[in-house]
Amino acid sequence: MAKNWWKIAAVLLLIYTVIAGFLMAVPRLVIVNESIRALYFHVPMWFGMVVMFLISTIYAIKYLRTPSIKSDILSVEFANTGLVFGLLGIFTGMVWANYTWGSPWHGDPKQNAAAIALLVYLAYFVLRGSVDNQEQRSRLSAVYNIFAFAAMIPLIFIIPRMTSSMHPGNGGNPGFNTYDLDSRMRMVFYPAVIGWILLGVWIATLRVRMRNAEEQILEIEDYA
Amino acid sequence: MRKYLLLIFLTLSSLASSAQQEVEMADTMRSEGKIYVVVAILLLILIGLVGYLVQLDRKVSKLEKRLSERK
Repeated sequence: MAKNWWKIAAVLLLIYTVIAGFLMAVPRLVIVNESIRALYFHVPMWFGMVVMFLISTIYAIKYLRTPSIKSDILSVEFANTGLVFGLLGIFTGMVWANYTWGSPWHGDPKQNAAAIALLVYLAYFVLRGSVDNQEQRSRLSAVYNIFAFAAMIPLIFIIPRMTSSMHPGNGGNPGFNTYDLDSRMRMVFYPAVIGWILLGVWIATLRVRMRNAEEQILEIEDYA
Repeated sequence: MRKYLLLIFLTLSSLASSAQQEVEMADTMRSEGKIYVVVAILLLILIGLVGYLVQLDRKVSKLEKRLSERK
């Protein structure tokens, strides 16, 4: 139990997010109206994705320094969880865009770049699936993982800010934090981000432990 | 001169009033207390999914224990 305190923290933060996210006051803005509350759920998906991909890249680098199947499993499973967060981010964004921008896919630079970033990461799994040799697969995908992360950062954080994106905080658009009453939203937004990241780590480590157990079973079977 | 001052005053006052214009929010839903229904449903789904995750976590822990005993 003492080792699992962060899992409890994740659940408490998410429960707080749902309660405070719907019941606490938000700025009264035109067009977005009440849908501004989607910020508490849509944006943490992207924060979660970036953190999952960052951890994945760290283990990819670790694998290249000292190859071990454990680092490889950690790397691939964090990338897996990151992809789930990214897909949820894209789809929640499409729902939101439909009501505030007028159509689900608006060709917004950030929307397009996020889709490209996800495709880059999908290619990571294609690459893994196409190499049979375990060591080769781990090494090649670790190298590609670093490339994917290096491509994702400018795609999501730099390019949309250089053009005119409709996302707040990009291009000529002010971020949500420039609106009034922002401190009330931050009190829900930051806990939400931490909660979702912790939940992502929980899911990823669960998958890692399952894969490790699988490897151990394979080892036992090999000796038998 | 007075005309211009009046014009500036009128523009400013109209800007101020448009900024205070009421933005439509789900106030009726809130006053009727139906927002609590939404929160209750979302909490149920969240807690249900977390419960499932806890169960999965326990199963994996048991598996790990069995494997470590074998070694």
